[in-house]
Amino acid sequence: MKTIYLDNNATTQVDPAVFEAIKPYFTELYGNPSSMHRFGGQVGVEIKKARASVAKILNCLPEEILFTSCGSESDNTAIRSALTAQPKKRHIITTAVEHPAVLSFCKFLEKKDGYEVTYLGTDEHGRLDMEKYKAAIRPDTAIISIMWANNETGNIYPIEEMAKIAKDKDVLFHTDAVQAVGKVPIDLKNVPVDMLSLSGHKLHAPKGVGALFIRKRSPFRPFLIGGHQEGSRRAGTENTTGIIALGKACELAHEHMDEENIQVRALRDKLENGLLAAVPNSILNGDKDNRLPNTSNISFGYVEGEAILLMIDQVGIAASSGSACTSGSLEPSHVLRAMDVPFTFAHGSIRFSLSRFNTEEEIDFVLKTIPPIIENLRKLSPFSSEKQGLG
Amino acid sequence: MWEYTDKVKDHFLNPRNAGTIEDADGVGEVGSLACGDALTLYIQVDDDNIITDAKFQTFGCASAIASSSALTELLIGKSVEDAEKLTNKDIAEYLGGLPREKMHCSVMGQEALEQAIKNMRGEAPPQAEHSHEGELICECFGIFDEEILRAIKDNDLQTVEDVTNFTKAGGGCGKCIEDLERLLVQAHGESVCETPSSEPAFPAQGMTNIQRMHLIESVIDDDIRPALQTDGGDIKLIDIDGGMVVVQFMGMCSGCPSSQATLHNLVEGKLKEKVDPDLTVREA
Repeated sequence: MKTIYLDNNATTQVDPAVFEAIKPYFTELYGNPSSMHRFGGQVGVEIKKARASVAKILNCLPEEILFTSCGSESDNTAIRSALTAQPKKRHIITTAVEHPAVLSFCKFLEKKDGYEVTYLGTDEHGRLDMEKYKAAIRPDTAIISIMWANNETGNIYPIEEMAKIAKDKDVLFHTDAVQAVGKVPIDLKNVPVDMLSLSGHKLHAPKGVGALFIRKRSPFRPFLIGGHQEGSRRAGTENTTGIIALGKACELAHEHMDEENIQVRALRDKLENGLLAAVPNSILNGDKDNRLPNTSNISFGYVEGEAILLMIDQVGIAASSGSACTSGSLEPSHVLRAMDVPFTFAHGSIRFSLSRFNTEEEIDFVLKTIPPIIENLRKLSPFSSEKQGLG
Repeated sequence: MWEYTDKVKDHFLNPRNAGTIEDADGVGEVGSLACGDALTLYIQVDDDNIITDAKFQTFGCASAIASSSALTELLIGKSVEDAEKLTNKDIAEYLGGLPREKMHCSVMGQEALEQAIKNMRGEAPPQAEHSHEGELICECFGIFDEEILRAIKDNDLQTVEDVTNFTKAGGGCGKCIEDLERLLVQAHGESVCETPSSEPAFPAQGMTNIQRMHLIESVIDDDIRPALQTDGGDIKLIDIDGGMVVVQFMGMCSGCPSSQATLHNLVEGKLKEKVDPDLTVREA
């Protein structure tokens, strides 16, 4: 059975061109870029090219790019660095809808290290209130960390505006752009963030590589201490294949971003409009007019997300859910809870996230198969629009 | 992805007895949309007190649907008296086991059954209402102390994490964790007091060798293996030589740095507790 992969915000297929590009660096060109011989040095040259390619997609300088092992490492490094560099500032601002790489880390800092954290809430569409944002900034705010785009709803946040406000108040600003890089244009010459995180496997590079942008002259304190790699900003032998892959993936994303967005957005809209029309009591979660072109988060009322996922898995459709049962916790997604999505719908949320590898035939198949699956699960359910059962 | 048994998958994909019974003799409704799972159970009982039909409607994940389906299969043909003896463990066993985090689905089945029987006898409305004599422990999921105490006793729960797995209590804001610890102490304290003095000093006392071997096997199957499997490991019984039990760790457990601690604390601890305090365990 063919898999119809609609879970690209979880991870993506490595682009075959990326895979081709890195193949020689496993068994032939396996040198250590720090070595003094040409065998290692030639790999160093490729890493330099990769750094330039990542810089290009962000419109920043190559020396502002630090390679890491993943998005979470980039996020943790950025926040920890800001706190260590400004020991007297004890306040952090973030949002209630961040990825756990930021949110759980902030909760950890709050609990274990005594920092004060402001978690900005959202409205029912997941949008932030700019007045509340401005009011939250204090003289002792060490860092503001707000995601560029949300992984569950695809919502895009006004990072340019927020970073400018932070800059005016002389507060460091970090953005987790893991879901945004490669999907929407990012111009760091005009968006004054101090730090930005990205992850390779969300844009068709393999897992295990990420990057952190650190603006020139921004204070930085390394997280991993050891060798002099990455200008002594991040010790550890370079993940050469991962880094070269990330460079190639950024190059491809940059080349194809415009046409891809038209194509992916069209498929996403077709999927979304089709499902909302075919399935009664279904709603869209998120900010319809201001989100990633590949993401659609739909709640099917009166049914539970894990049951939907396993049913659609039977016909080869891969997606994800914000339901409690899939999260391993007992409560539905923190993003949907922050948005006050009613429980009737929160437990039945499904996130579809597309990529350039999806086809119209696949979307047609999904549109044909999902509505009857929801209908069947609803037949099993004791609830319906007539019987809400809110106990 | 959860590791469900084939039987769970089968009962989820092909649920038995889904639907309603128009003129049911007993109806039990438990759970709610807010909680993320809910079950309405319908039973039909004949003049001989035999459950002739059972149907269910469930809102919830795969294991909730499978547990409901399994419950109806267990009920049909049973006398009401026998049905009353069913516990959540029977539902989980019927399905070949549930992931530990999903055991609360089987508990929901047991609660619906109790409610349906009460309703059949005219003692209660279909929807479960808590007597306000009990103490509300978990405000997030509306769980009372009596439910928690019963789950602890029926399933011999030892940790707060397990109480959450089985009852959901403590799985929300976490404010009631201390209360759960208190209930664990209370439940285990009571069970010690309730043990009559005529009971054997340890479970295997007076058993034949064969009986004792079977007991060791079942303790490994029921109490030890599931805990290891949640970490991707497994255990094999190699030999029993007098008081020495020889086992082999498999999967993630083999070569795990903490396997020695597991051997002594979990494997030996459980066997001493549930079979014979003189047993020792070593790795093959």
